[in-house]
Amino acid sequence: MADSIFRKLRDGGEEGELAPALTIEETVASPFALDVSCYLLANLSSSILAGKSKSEGLVLITFSRSPSFYLQFLKQKGIFVSSSSKWIRVLDCYTDPLGWIDQPSTGVTEGSSLVKLHKCVTDLKRLFSSIIDAGRVMVGDGKTRFTVAIDSVNELLRHSSMPLVSGLLTDLRSHEQVSSLFWSLNTDLHQEKVTNALEYISTMKANLEPLCPSSHGKRNALENLFLVHQDFGKGRFHVRFKLRKGRVRVMSEEYHVDQMGINFSPISSAESVIATTKSLLPKVHFNLQLSEKERVEKEKVVLPFEHQDHGKSTEIYDGRRTLADGKTEATPLLSSGELQTDAVSSGKGGEIIYFRDSDDEHPDSDEDPDDDLDI
Amino acid sequence: MDRSVNLLDVALGFGEHQVSDQSPLSGKVVVIEDCVETSGSFVLHQIMKRLLSPPSSSHSLIFLAFARPFSHYDRILRKLGCNLAAQKANNRLVFVDMLMMKCSDGEEDNVSAVAKLFREIQATVRKLRSVTDTNITVMVDDMSLLEISATNSHHVLDFLHYCHTLTSDSNCSLVILNHEDIYLSLERPAYLLQMVCLADVVIKAEPLASGLANDVHGQLTVLNKGISSNSRNKLQNFQFRIKENGIEYFYPGSRT
Repeated sequence: MADSIFRKLRDGGEEGELAPALTIEETVASPFALDVSCYLLANLSSSILAGKSKSEGLVLITFSRSPSFYLQFLKQKGIFVSSSSKWIRVLDCYTDPLGWIDQPSTGVTEGSSLVKLHKCVTDLKRLFSSIIDAGRVMVGDGKTRFTVAIDSVNELLRHSSMPLVSGLLTDLRSHEQVSSLFWSLNTDLHQEKVTNALEYISTMKANLEPLCPSSHGKRNALENLFLVHQDFGKGRFHVRFKLRKGRVRVMSEEYHVDQMGINFSPISSAESVIATTKSLLPKVHFNLQLSEKERVEKEKVVLPFEHQDHGKSTEIYDGRRTLADGKTEATPLLSSGELQTDAVSSGKGGEIIYFRDSDDEHPDSDEDPDDDLDI
Repeated sequence: MDRSVNLLDVALGFGEHQVSDQSPLSGKVVVIEDCVETSGSFVLHQIMKRLLSPPSSSHSLIFLAFARPFSHYDRILRKLGCNLAAQKANNRLVFVDMLMMKCSDGEEDNVSAVAKLFREIQATVRKLRSVTDTNITVMVDDMSLLEISATNSHHVLDFLHYCHTLTSDSNCSLVILNHEDIYLSLERPAYLLQMVCLADVVIKAEPLASGLANDVHGQLTVLNKGISSNSRNKLQNFQFRIKENGIEYFYPGSRT
């Protein structure tokens, strides 16, 4: 399914329609959007190099990592990038986004035509033209198209307002030379409205859901991070496609992140759901709360002082025959005036039977029985 | 005791890398989150000592002190067996006293103040680099004080971002102490979350959930989440007891 996102991005949009766009959503508890971006970058790069893609170049705009990080990553994947590479351009908004550094950074030595420093992130119009220029330098002015990748829009959103950022993304999508576009977003850092807006302007949304218990309602995102325990690095990968016909398709997969990167596998079983309840951190060493099962079982226990007559109302026998008595226990009770032990011997369990001394005593009377005593 | 490697060192990767000169923290961001009940500054002191004491002679430290004066750290580190004044004279410690940092009213001044601070750090890093090829660590005690004094937390985040560029450009490491409880009342503490997002290692110091105890002073949770780290996605939890001349770390229930 991660494959199908990649294929959609690789194939791009039809002529005259908006380029397909993907939002990769991460949270603080599942901060793996970078891994997904890297996965897509590696796949897109190799398909561009193999000539299988509709786009012939890739413009990468880096905000959260230095360009050398990505070049190093591609190298690890066996894709060598040199300054003469004609298929990739990096726009570096990471090293000096606000122009605080006076001299140009000496950190990136590899290929100055490959990596271009962008010093004014707040001016989105300039950023837009820089991106398009970078693409045009690579694939030329004609109808050849290129893919645009933005590694994190969080930094953009911090410097500019949401309408401006979504405007930039829409402008990029509608540019005739952009074949597809993707960006990643940490949803915990912004208002829900921002997230929803960016989701809305994208055709695909990939959501990384951690395997942590979220049954306690909305809690602090930071607490979530420490609740994931040994399952940090695993989770569900949900993708929502907006199909061309207007239908929406949602697919889910499992992801697992390790040193080598991110791996996707089909959802195995309910095992992962069970995992959410186990916890590595003993918050308290003794249990203060009951689970649902424990609670139900606790309620089933009948305490010794509770009546065990299974729904029958309890009556105190007042010596007179009632309708029910006549049927069941009338005979032994009438036969003797003493305390009966028949109930015990007949195997019914413990029972307290009360006999009134005489008929003129009212059952449960409020009278003080000792009021005739002369003290 | 002080030569041996304790649980925190292992969690940070100091145990394995003693052979090579490369610090296990180089190129990484370590964020220490603490709260009023359990201060995390001892973690800072321990990392300081680990970096400056003899076996790792190739470390330099740039220390931004917002919270305490030099004499405070000097006294504590002396108890741990490390002479800060001597390290300062050796140029292995660059102590930047930020206690007197002036908070200006104007937005513009604030930006330029943080930018100026960053330029200062960058110049120091370059200077240290030009002398020897050392591992440089930038330490901040603590970032929330800067955040409070800044009129806009965005400037602090910008500052953090620029400090982060040092980790990838110059392979510095960044160790930041931050108070969590200032932001806990906020529904979406963007500043705190952003900091955690940047971090490769998050160390959280908190009191025991079961309340105060005589011989356990709190627990540490160390989460390695950095993409370049060896023990990626590893979460460790252990308890500690602060003693006069050091800290004792142990796994829950394993203390004799």
